[in-house]
Amino acid sequence: MTTTAKTFEFSPGAIDRDDPLHGELMNLNMGPQHPATHGVLRIKVVLDGETMKYAEPVVGFLHRGKEKTCETLGWRKFFVHTDRLDYVQPLMNNVSYALALEKLAGLTVPERAQEIRVLLMEFSRIMSHLIYLGTTAIDLGAVTMFFFTFSEREKLYTLLDAYTGHRMNNTYVRIGGVYADVDERVERAMRVWVDQFAAKIDEFEKMLTGNRIWYDRNRDIGVLTPEQCKAWSLTGPNLRSSGVEWDLRKKQPYSGYENYDFDIPVGTKGDCYDRYAVRIEEMRQSVRILGQALDKLAKSRGGEYLAEDRRYVLPPKGLVHTSMEELIHQFKIVTDMSLPKGEAYHAVESSKGELGFYVVSDGTSHPVRCHIRAPGLMNVQAIQLLMVDRLFSDTVSIIGSLDFVMGEVDR
Amino acid sequence: MSSTIERIQEGLKGLNFQVETPRDGLPQIRVGVADVKAVMTRLRDACGFDTNTFVTAVDRHPSEPRYDMCWQFLSVEHNDRMRVHALVAGPEPHVPTITDLWPGTAYSERECFDMFGVVFDGHVGLKRLLMPEDYEHFPLRKDFPHQGIEPDRLYREWDRKRREREPMIEESTS
Repeated sequence: MTTTAKTFEFSPGAIDRDDPLHGELMNLNMGPQHPATHGVLRIKVVLDGETMKYAEPVVGFLHRGKEKTCETLGWRKFFVHTDRLDYVQPLMNNVSYALALEKLAGLTVPERAQEIRVLLMEFSRIMSHLIYLGTTAIDLGAVTMFFFTFSEREKLYTLLDAYTGHRMNNTYVRIGGVYADVDERVERAMRVWVDQFAAKIDEFEKMLTGNRIWYDRNRDIGVLTPEQCKAWSLTGPNLRSSGVEWDLRKKQPYSGYENYDFDIPVGTKGDCYDRYAVRIEEMRQSVRILGQALDKLAKSRGGEYLAEDRRYVLPPKGLVHTSMEELIHQFKIVTDMSLPKGEAYHAVESSKGELGFYVVSDGTSHPVRCHIRAPGLMNVQAIQLLMVDRLFSDTVSIIGSLDFVMGEVDR
Repeated sequence: MSSTIERIQEGLKGLNFQVETPRDGLPQIRVGVADVKAVMTRLRDACGFDTNTFVTAVDRHPSEPRYDMCWQFLSVEHNDRMRVHALVAGPEPHVPTITDLWPGTAYSERECFDMFGVVFDGHVGLKRLLMPEDYEHFPLRKDFPHQGIEPDRLYREWDRKRREREPMIEESTS
């Protein structure tokens, strides 16, 4: 297996048909409507007894043409669509898109806006990891975990609702900052949640880490070596679990991550269990970052949360009603906000890997190209690598541990 | 970033390429389609770019040559990125595949083929990724309208075909 192109195609000749211990090959279709595929993913599997000889993920059932939509709608209006990419962590996608546009525009984001963004991104990371933990555990039979993680997620929804006014699909990030400042009371509520969450992670671990069934169903299953991860474009927790210390927040810092104190957890074996352990530790690190971000926010209260650049940033509503100039700015931005000619790529360390936007502008209000580098697509791709010669029951661990959301894979 | 471009220039010595400065400041080179394979091999082996970030194209319609291919790489080892561009003429653009160098590009190339109709020569199993397999158009081309081309007729046809469809893996395997 590993790094040759041969793994893409199934060759029937590779199987010894005269071997009396092996019967007829069976074709099995897993998905698109299967609870363990975490979305509309279809996997074509060729089984020899219970051993998978070939597995091919088929994607595209949730394809909504987001990149084409971006070209049609223009730069500004696409923000709401980024939420629908990886819908378990909408704010992370918002920030990633905003950072790419800001890079193209050459815009500097105020300090406080960056702090709020870090806060939102770390909340998003925890939300996404909670989904991973809950759904993977319920697929492997630990139903309690699902309720544990989803009750925590519900509290996070309430917090984000208090801040943004929406539970899901928040769209609260703008070019140049965020839409509104964090209220002091919301900050206090966030602090309360952050302070109690570390104990909840201990509770999760008490359920799973030393659990014999969890251990047996994850250990030594879906092993990825560092070389495989790099060659197969895997990033994020999947790469880290194979022992590579790679985190964009540390290696190529953005939004002021260099000012936060946190560690990169790495695995040793690169199997499903390591991927679980890495994500658990990442949640702990996120809690650390959240605490620091809340401290910083308390210090910078009253600061700017949106850049003052009238080419890209809407003027405050109050001024629009009184100033002719601001009204013109508002009109220009809403109808025809153009970005400088050129191309830019910006990636963030999303919960699933490197989430990046490659944007090409010709100087008008509509992009020439907006390519979304979705980490989930690469994670899905790795399924074919990991499933060959494994038992069919391992599919659930492998799919769960790779962690993807079909909204992002299919775009 | 200057050290990255120096490393690339050192690694690609003897090959034809131009250095460009894009707006985001990433080291970027432009090569001819004929040199793509040689350049990519050197990028992996001599420059240490171990991970492919994405493979995509930009439709420059109505300018010619129409497609601007774009590959972006990341070096985990050196902690830097770079981008390769190559202009390809239509209406049936052909570029060599790099799946033999980075197997993880298989889905990116399939997506690029799906969306732009760029054929990657040498790709094993090049087929549509996101659109249905029997789809006739290439949606991200600039001459494709956002609302689609005859979507109603296509839906009816797919529905009919779906009912007639054979078992999922062909006769050869059973």
